[in-house]
Amino acid sequence: MQVPAPIEYERATSVEHAIALRSQLGDEARFIAGGHSLLPMMKLRLANPTHLIDINDLNELFYIREADSEVRIGAMARHRDLLDSELLARHFPIFRDAERVIADPTVRNRGTLGGSLCQADPSEDLSAVCTAVDASCVITSSDGQRVVPMHAFHVGPYETAVANNEMLTEIRIPLRPGGGSAYQKVERRAGDWAVVSAGAAVWMDAGIIVDGRVGLAAVGPNTTSIQPVAEALAGAAPNEDLYQRVGEIAAGNCSPETDGRGTAAYKAHLAAELTRRALRTAVARAQGQET
Amino acid sequence: MTTTETEPEQEEAQEERPIGFGRLLRKEDPRLIRGMGQFVDDISLPGMLHMAILRSPVAHARIVSIDKSAAEAHPNVVAVITGEDLAAQGLAWMPTLSNDVQAVLATDKVRFQHQEVAFVVATDHYSARDALELIEVDYDWLEPLVDVRTALDEDSPVIRDDLDNKTDNHIFDWETGDEAATDEVFERADVVVSEEIVYPRVHPAPMETCGCVADVERVSGQVTLWCTTQAPHAHRTVYALVAGLPEHKIRVIAPDIGGGFGNKVPIYPGYVCAIVASLVIGKPVKWMEDRTENLVSTGFARDYVMKADIAATNDGRILAIRTNVLADHGAFNGVAAPVKYPAGFFGVFTGSYDLEAAHAKMTAVYTNKAPGGVAYACSFRITEAVYLVERIVDCLAYELDMDPAELRLKNFIKPEQFPYETKTGWVYDSGDYEPAMRKAMDMAGYAELRREQAERRANGELMGIGVAFFTEAVGAGPRKDMDILGLGMADGCELRIHPTGKAVVRLSVKTQGQGHETTFAQIVAEEIGIPPEDIEVVHGDTDNTPFGLGTYGSRSTPVSGAAAAMVTRKVRDKAQIIASGMLEVSVADLEWSKGSFSVKGDPSKSVTIQEIAMRAHGAGDLPDGIEGGLEAQICYNPENLTYPFGAYICVVDVDPGTAVVKVRRFIAVDDCGTQINPMIIEGQVHGGLADGVGMAMMEIIAFDEDGNCMSSSLMDYLIPTALETPDWETGHTVTPSPHHPIGAKGIGESATVGSPPAIVNAIVDALKPYGIRHADMPLTPSRVWEAMQGNHTPPI
Ligand SMILES: Cc1cc2nc3c(=O)[nH]c(=O)nc-3n(C[C@H](O)[C@H](O)[C@H](O)COP(=O)(O)OP(=O)(O)OC[C@H]3O[C@@H](n4cnc5c(N)ncnc54)[C@H](O)[C@@H]3O)c2cc1C
Repeated sequence: MQVPAPIEYERATSVEHAIALRSQLGDEARFIAGGHSLLPMMKLRLANPTHLIDINDLNELFYIREADSEVRIGAMARHRDLLDSELLARHFPIFRDAERVIADPTVRNRGTLGGSLCQADPSEDLSAVCTAVDASCVITSSDGQRVVPMHAFHVGPYETAVANNEMLTEIRIPLRPGGGSAYQKVERRAGDWAVVSAGAAVWMDAGIIVDGRVGLAAVGPNTTSIQPVAEALAGAAPNEDLYQRVGEIAAGNCSPETDGRGTAAYKAHLAAELTRRALRTAVARAQGQET
Repeated sequence: MTTTETEPEQEEAQEERPIGFGRLLRKEDPRLIRGMGQFVDDISLPGMLHMAILRSPVAHARIVSIDKSAAEAHPNVVAVITGEDLAAQGLAWMPTLSNDVQAVLATDKVRFQHQEVAFVVATDHYSARDALELIEVDYDWLEPLVDVRTALDEDSPVIRDDLDNKTDNHIFDWETGDEAATDEVFERADVVVSEEIVYPRVHPAPMETCGCVADVERVSGQVTLWCTTQAPHAHRTVYALVAGLPEHKIRVIAPDIGGGFGNKVPIYPGYVCAIVASLVIGKPVKWMEDRTENLVSTGFARDYVMKADIAATNDGRILAIRTNVLADHGAFNGVAAPVKYPAGFFGVFTGSYDLEAAHAKMTAVYTNKAPGGVAYACSFRITEAVYLVERIVDCLAYELDMDPAELRLKNFIKPEQFPYETKTGWVYDSGDYEPAMRKAMDMAGYAELRREQAERRANGELMGIGVAFFTEAVGAGPRKDMDILGLGMADGCELRIHPTGKAVVRLSVKTQGQGHETTFAQIVAEEIGIPPEDIEVVHGDTDNTPFGLGTYGSRSTPVSGAAAAMVTRKVRDKAQIIASGMLEVSVADLEWSKGSFSVKGDPSKSVTIQEIAMRAHGAGDLPDGIEGGLEAQICYNPENLTYPFGAYICVVDVDPGTAVVKVRRFIAVDDCGTQINPMIIEGQVHGGLADGVGMAMMEIIAFDEDGNCMSSSLMDYLIPTALETPDWETGHTVTPSPHHPIGAKGIGESATVGSPPAIVNAIVDALKPYGIRHADMPLTPSRVWEAMQGNHTPPI
């Protein structure tokens, strides 16, 4: 049995309490949400926090709801909740696509959206999803809240904009008309992290893509939206040529590395291929042709 | 015309429990399913301490100094022991099963990443782990040897400078067959096809990792070791031979074992350390590896680079096969194989074909990697041999543009040729290959599949059909040929019938999931007519069982299964004499029908085995010269190995855009001779097929150029799930072994041996439009895609 180094444990009773504990316990304290990224790292002693602040009692962070033309998701919403949510399936089917291929039911029952984004692992699927749907993150401290767009949320691999006296509390996704989205992932085996994955979201009007975004995972130090992709999609009529071109742009704008999951060349190829596939489905969904 | 045969599995479960052979739920399952099994880690003794091992972070380095003072100062630490401490007792090195030595704890150098360097004993598991971080080791880094192909280069670092006069990394050369005759056939052959075929290093990765609880009682000197071992008797004797411990004072107990696959055959440094710790401290000591330790340090498997050539006529008559193998044995030669077989049973690389000549050469070398080498359901290197022949035969089919099933059918050894002596000297006991192949083809709807494939290819789709046919050599083995460290490979068995007609049978072999508690009861039941539920199977405890070499290489049924049948017949012979007294007729006038003796011609006069048992233990008269009691013991020395075989067909679809492979169907027809429990056979086959999907498509123990193991967790060392495996379609033929008392041949490893080539052949077949003739495992999406781009890079 792999066991972590000694740790102290605190159980937060409210967001304020959690943030207070975090500020007070210092740099080496960590929130624990689902624990499915943090605990494995602790067991391998790659992460050695002095304190864990358990945020699983914060019932106020478990929601998925619609408000002010946005879908708002509490940081503690579990993979399982995202998979089951009819609201998300209706507006952003990309979530269900992705959740079907993230980890396994055991992990999905505990792992959270907030934990996934805060882990800031370049392979994290939900980061690619949130990037594609243009989400932003609500970061709370004792001074109040600030809202950070996805592209500014991840500041490096395993690094986020959340400071030591702050907490990610909510993810917001704007609701715009004519939307469609989809997710594609290649993995070596069910439950494995992505070799590469691609999420795409488009918003259409009268057969034209008004706005479109692609988020990739596992092809570089960070999952960032690709500006040239958005530029190529804006105002374009969807067709195979477009998908082909956008796929190439996606492949040309990522920086995969060769590792046990695959060669850099293969990953670049997948970035293109999966972008094409995700876009194709996203457009079909936006046009009500496929769910 | 698909005629998918349905196995009896789908038939109504048999209402009656068979008294003997037949489908029968496993006797061990109620306790295992309810979580009531007892594994090594479930054992807890009063005062028990916990041990953890410090391992080397680097692959090759000189140990400059070790400072253990901080660890010793940890409040819960009882002892910290280094290689130097062991050396003082003469225990720093131990012999391996292959005439080599292995460091228990490193003294001079570390020779692979994660090698054992020191251990801590503490009052709890957590503290033991924490204290490891307090040990300071100063290493002097040495250049590691990682690439097996450079192992014998002049300028390669010499790993084993501990051995006298060792100036290179060479372990042994081995060869089999007739080189000159083979070369001669190759010279006159119409077609010669050559390929380098790599079987990368893989790991058995049993669900339960290795570990033990050692309890040395200092007054009596009694050593009790609960251990994850597939071979408790062999372990006990080896401890006695190498540590000089008196054998009668050693008791090795293998409780429930959570999977072995060969991983639990060797004696690991951790076991020795735990015994030493208990001896020194005088308290029981538990050591359980974690997952990483299991993957990075214990017995791996395969790691063969095989150059293969096949010679044939233009019309597809296979004439000869030759191969030249480079074998990576890691830092210590820890192969567990009969001593006269350093390459295991690799000599069966001639497969199921009637050849004119064959020859193999092998060179084994040291590298800075974990030792081991034979483990993992491989029947002593048969996995490698079968993969080699079944791959190269497919390469030949590709070059001849012949259907791979037809090519095999054309070259099979014919039924009338059995017993068949191969060109490398193996005597196949029995076989009837064509019906098995035809049956698999029928179940698959082979012709229809080929038609579908042609259609799909025309549409740019990639569908592949892979065929493999294997013959295994299992059941080691005849004591004249086979021993491990001088211990013959014959197995004892004891049977005792209690007065009420219930029985206990004691085995030397040990289940790790194969179902011994059920099948051995069935063998006894079949021979003596006592229901299997009335027969207790005792195994895994050296104090309570007869000597034998253990369960691996599919040897339990061929050797101990035969022993169980023979000991039961011995008891039945005695029962017959007692029955003759009871019925007042001569022995020759009695007739046996399962469970009772009756007088020939007068079936109303009969006695049951239960009545005989009571008589044997009762107060009444027994025939002259017959002692009371009803029990016997024997030691069975097999006459030959047994040779199970099978025909496997795999169907895959490859996504041309992503190179992702989906195994659509898998048809497995196995012939393991007489079937004892068809349900257990199917279970063994299902498991082995899943193993095959793992090896063919995802598993590899990989190293970076510094010798760091890149497969140190199940995140990197992938094991297939139900989602990667199709619904298995199984079938069978029955060709009994002529020399085994019940005709059984063994099934434990058949599917692990036969499935990798079937899957790889299917994937390569799918890629035929790309002009691909060979691609090495593991065929991950990336490796398949690279092959499609014309970049075939071996995995090692
Ligand atoms: C076997 C396995 C397979 C997996 N496969 C996949 C996969 O295929 N794809 C994938 O995307 N993921 C995968 N994961 C990761 C999984 O999705 C995790 O659940 C997720 O990465 C982290 O979520 P968590 O709630 O468990 O976070 P935790 O492990 O609890 O926390 C992760 C990090 O985030 C911080 N944190 C958590 N919540 C907050 C917050 N509200 N504010 C600030 N910081 C916070 C923690 O302090 C910690 O540093 C897998 C995990 C496992 C164990």
